[in-house]
Amino acid sequence: MMINSALPPGLILILGALFLPGFIGNARKTLMLLLPVLTMYMIWAVPDGVQLTIPFLDYTLEPLEGDKLSRLFATIFTLMAFVGGIFALNQKSDIELMSAYAYAGGAVGVAMAGDLLTVFVFWEFMAVASTLVIWSARTKESYSASMRYIIVHLFGGVILMIGILGQVYASGSVEFGAMKADSWWTWMILAGFLINAGAPPFSAWLPDAYPSASWSGSVFLSAFTTKTAVYVLIRSFPGENVLIFVGLYMVFYGIIYALLENDMRRILAYSIINQVGFMVTGIGIGTEMALNGAAAHAFAHIIYKALLLMSAGAVIHAINKRKCTDLGGLYKAMPLTMICGTIGALAISGFPLTSGFTTKTMIAGAAADQHMATVWFLLEAASAGVFLHAGIKFPWFVFFQRAPGYVEREFGAEPKDPPFNMKLAMVIFAALCIGLGVYPEPLYALLPYTVDYVAYTGAHVVHMLELLLFAGFAFFVLLKMMKRTLTITLDFDWFYRKFFNLLHEEFVIKHGGAAFQSFKDNSQKRINAVIKHIFKHHGPEGVLARSWPTGSMVLWVAVLLGVYLLIYYV
Amino acid sequence: MSEKQDIHWLCRPATIKALWIIGITILVICVALEFFIHPHPYFGIDGWFGFNAWFGFASCAVMVIFAKILGIFLKRKDTYYDD
Repeated sequence: MMINSALPPGLILILGALFLPGFIGNARKTLMLLLPVLTMYMIWAVPDGVQLTIPFLDYTLEPLEGDKLSRLFATIFTLMAFVGGIFALNQKSDIELMSAYAYAGGAVGVAMAGDLLTVFVFWEFMAVASTLVIWSARTKESYSASMRYIIVHLFGGVILMIGILGQVYASGSVEFGAMKADSWWTWMILAGFLINAGAPPFSAWLPDAYPSASWSGSVFLSAFTTKTAVYVLIRSFPGENVLIFVGLYMVFYGIIYALLENDMRRILAYSIINQVGFMVTGIGIGTEMALNGAAAHAFAHIIYKALLLMSAGAVIHAINKRKCTDLGGLYKAMPLTMICGTIGALAISGFPLTSGFTTKTMIAGAAADQHMATVWFLLEAASAGVFLHAGIKFPWFVFFQRAPGYVEREFGAEPKDPPFNMKLAMVIFAALCIGLGVYPEPLYALLPYTVDYVAYTGAHVVHMLELLLFAGFAFFVLLKMMKRTLTITLDFDWFYRKFFNLLHEEFVIKHGGAAFQSFKDNSQKRINAVIKHIFKHHGPEGVLARSWPTGSMVLWVAVLLGVYLLIYYV
Repeated sequence: MSEKQDIHWLCRPATIKALWIIGITILVICVALEFFIHPHPYFGIDGWFGFNAWFGFASCAVMVIFAKILGIFLKRKDTYYDD
C-alpha cells in the first residue's frame, strides 16, 4: 500500500469531531474553533492533482485530489463549519456538535475525492452524520423525521452505488470525472446525486427533516448535503440538458410551496430547493460562465442561507416558536437578529450590493448568452419569486407584521437578541453577504474558470432593482392573499407517510374480514412454531448455539470493517 | 397610558401611509431611471420600457394566485400527520 504523507483534510474534521464529546467547557469551545482552522490550512496546502493513491482490488483509489473546484467547495464547507461552530458554541447536545462536525468533514471529503468509491464512502457517511444531527434535537417529531430522512438517503445511496458499480464495470476505472447520461448506470448515478440535491420527486425529505432539527442543527444542515450534490453535479454532469428542466422545476416548486408554508424554517427549507434549482439549471446550461455561476452561487448561498437559518434559530432560541401564525413584531425585541435576517433575505433575493447579485445573475446571464429565451424568462420570473417568498415573506411575518391574536407577553419573558457568540456568527455572515456583494473579485478568483463577467453595469442594476422592487410591490398589494394559516401542504411524501398506511388499513381491516383474520392467525401460529423450533436448537440455551450470538458477530464485523477503512486512509 | 401612545412609531397609521408614499415614489424613480440608463436587452421584448417592472409584478401575481389555487387542493391542517 502506497501512502504519501497527505491526509484528506475532511478526516481532520471527522476524527476531531469524535473527540468533541470528550471535552467540556472552554476546552470543547477551543477545539470547535481549532478544527475548522486546521482543516482550512490543510485544504490550501493541497496542490493541484492527485495527492494520495491507495490500491483497492484491481483499482486505484484517489482519496485526495486538488483543483480549483474542489478547493472552492472544501473552503466554503469548512468556513461554514467554523462560523456554524461559533453559532453553536453553547449548544449543549454533544452528539449534535460531534455529528455536525463529522458531517462537515464528510462534505469536505467528497469535495476533495478523486474517485467514485471515495465519493460514495463520504457520501453515505454524510447521510448518517446528518441523520444524527436531526435526531439530536430529541423530540418525537425530529426522531420520526430523521427516520424518514435516512430512508430516502439510503435509498438514494443504493441507486448511486448501483450506478457506480455499472460505471466502474463498464469503464474499468473508478475515476470521478465528467460523464454523460447515456447509459442506465450513468442515469442512476445522476439520479443518486439528484436525490441529495432535493430534486423531484423526492424533494420533500428536505422541508420535512431540516426544520425539525434544533436551533443550531438546521444551520449546519442547510449547508452540506444539497451543496455537495451541486459540487458532484458540476464535476460529473456539466451541460447535461435534463438538468435545465429539473432545475427549473425545483426553482418554482420551492417558491410555490414556500408561499403556502406557515413554519418559518420550512419556508427557508423550500427556498433551499429553490436556490439549488438555480444552480442545477446553471449546471445544465453547462457553459464556463454558467458553471462559474453555479459554483459562485453555491458559495454565496451557503452563507446567506445559514445566516437566515441563524436568525430563525435565534428566534427559536429566544421564544421557542416556529410558526408564522405565532410570530411577528420581533423587530423591537430582537433588533440585531432582525437586521441580520433582513440582510440574508436581501442577499438571497439578489439585491444589488449583496452576494446574491454578484453570483446568481451569472446563471441568467449565461442563459442569455446561449440565447435560451425560455430559460432566461423563467429564471427572471423566479428571481422575482425569490424576493416574494424568502426576501419579504420570511422577515415580514417573523419580525414585522404580527399574527392576528398575537399576545406580546405570552412568551413569559421579553424575547431578546441571542448570546454574544450567536450574534457574532450572524454578524460575520451578514458582513460576508455584503462584502461579496460589494467586492466579489476574491470569490471570482476562486472559481473554476476565468471570470469574464461584470455584475455592476448600470443596465444590470436598474434591471434587478425594477424586477425586485415590483415583486415587493406585488407582495404588499397581494398581502391579503398570503394570510397565515395553520396548515401544511401535501407533497410527494404523502405517499410514504399516509397513502401506504391507508392502503394497508384498507386491505387488512375492511376487506379482510373473518376469513382473512383466521388465515392470519393460522400463519402466525405456524411461524411461531418454526421460530420456537429454531429457538430450541439455536437459542441461548440451544445445542447449536454454543458460540457468540449472531448479533455480536455482526457488530464485530462492522467494527473491523470500520477500523479497516480508517487504516486505509491514515 | 393610552393605547395610542403605546403603538411603536413604525406601526402608526401615519407612518404606514408615509411608507406607502415613499415606496411608490421609489418605484416610479426606478422605472424613470430607464430614461438615463439604457437597458441591455437580450431578446427584444425585454428592451421595452419598464419591462422588468411589469414582468416582475405580473410573474409574482401569477405565482401567488397559482399557489392559492394549489393550496385549495393540497393544504391540510398542520396536525394532519400527527396520529
